[in-house]
Amino acid sequence: MWSFANPNKFMRVSGKVLPYTAVLAVLLFAAGLYQAIYVVPPERVQGDSARIIFVHVPAAALSIMIYLAMCISSLVALIWRHPVADLSAKAAAPVGASFTALALVTGALWGYPTWGTWWVWDARLTSELILFFFYIGYIALWDAFDDESKAAPAAAIFCLVGSVFAVLAKYSVELWETLHQPPSLTIGGEENVHDVYHIPLLMMMAAFWLYFVTLWLVRVRMEIRSRRIRAIRLAAARE
Amino acid sequence: MRAFWALARRDLTLAFRTGGGGALGVAFFVITAVLVPFGVGPKPDLLSVIAPGMLWIAALLACMLTLDRLFQADVEDGSMDLLALSPLALELAVLAKCLAHWLTTGLPLLIAAPVMAITLSMPGEAYGPMVLALALGTPALSLIGAIGAGLTAGMRRGGVLTAVLVLPLYVPTLILGALAGNAAASGLDPSPYLMLLGAITLACLPLCPLVAAAALRLALR
Repeated sequence: MWSFANPNKFMRVSGKVLPYTAVLAVLLFAAGLYQAIYVVPPERVQGDSARIIFVHVPAAALSIMIYLAMCISSLVALIWRHPVADLSAKAAAPVGASFTALALVTGALWGYPTWGTWWVWDARLTSELILFFFYIGYIALWDAFDDESKAAPAAAIFCLVGSVFAVLAKYSVELWETLHQPPSLTIGGEENVHDVYHIPLLMMMAAFWLYFVTLWLVRVRMEIRSRRIRAIRLAAARE
Repeated sequence: MRAFWALARRDLTLAFRTGGGGALGVAFFVITAVLVPFGVGPKPDLLSVIAPGMLWIAALLACMLTLDRLFQADVEDGSMDLLALSPLALELAVLAKCLAHWLTTGLPLLIAAPVMAITLSMPGEAYGPMVLALALGTPALSLIGAIGAGLTAGMRRGGVLTAVLVLPLYVPTLILGALAGNAAASGLDPSPYLMLLGAITLACLPLCPLVAAAALRLALR
């Protein structure tokens, strides 16, 4: 972790890793989507609408995981003043917000034919929606400060306060038994989805993860570069 | 400890002499509650169902709108710098300010709430639990609000941002408070919800001043 506190080192290593994650994400998306659309048979009751699981579950899982990753980043940034950790949380936020929105929209699209309603105020849906508001608040807080050195710790504090709700979103289906079904994937769980769905779902999950890592690396690199540009402009203005 | 009470007294005095004390917050609460029958129609059976939730939403907004009074003026005129330098820990200073904020916004609501409950035709047996729920829950609103107010204290236009940051954090208090009122209104036992509300307030009591003080230190940097 400490070696990446040096932005130069981060740029060098991330530049090497980036092509691999990008190519791997594309390959896994291609294979996973092919499986999901052409190979997997339609579900017995729900028919083809069940295929949305291959987008909905990875997006929803990532929406929570990205927030928790941002919390860890924020904690590291607050405690050790790690210069790249701030940027890492900032870079992940819009991606996480998009995945949360994607999970909410795909859930609604599936819910209408299956549950008979676009939206219910069930524990899982509600906590996911609140998580979305936390992403929005986090991004808004970054934008509200003129001075980045003030924005970073303020946003980090807010991120940590919101972690309570990310954990709530993760365990909501286990704490309250409302309309949303329990988790589709658990490590070592007895009741996973059927094997026909399991493998493509894991592939899509990995594809989404790699897609996130790729986007995240690109965005952190962009942040580091824009910081450099600002520093150069400031130095030029002083002369 | 003397400094703590002195600070709370100062904030109370300031609120009474310049901001009209709790009157404005209560006026806002009353007007919001009065808007409900205009919005959803004056049918008593409909109003009695939504009364607890509406009272809670009005209380939430009244608390939130007065948050800018909490730190903003002190950060702008430099008193907050003196407070941060004083021997009183900034966390305790935040707590004293929250106490003053609650005394001028939360406490008056407890008196206004039963009156507004009559106009929203809430069932009689729910009055006691509703006031108790507000008494247990509104301190948490002031404490959680301090986090949002602290994060936006240094900004010139923090108002809307404070709302965006704070309102999601108010959701659990709102849910439990409304559930307590609804349970009592339909003749059920509201005590589990009241206990959970109390738990939220007790958890906020040590944690929120810590977070708000950390945020304030940033605003003062």
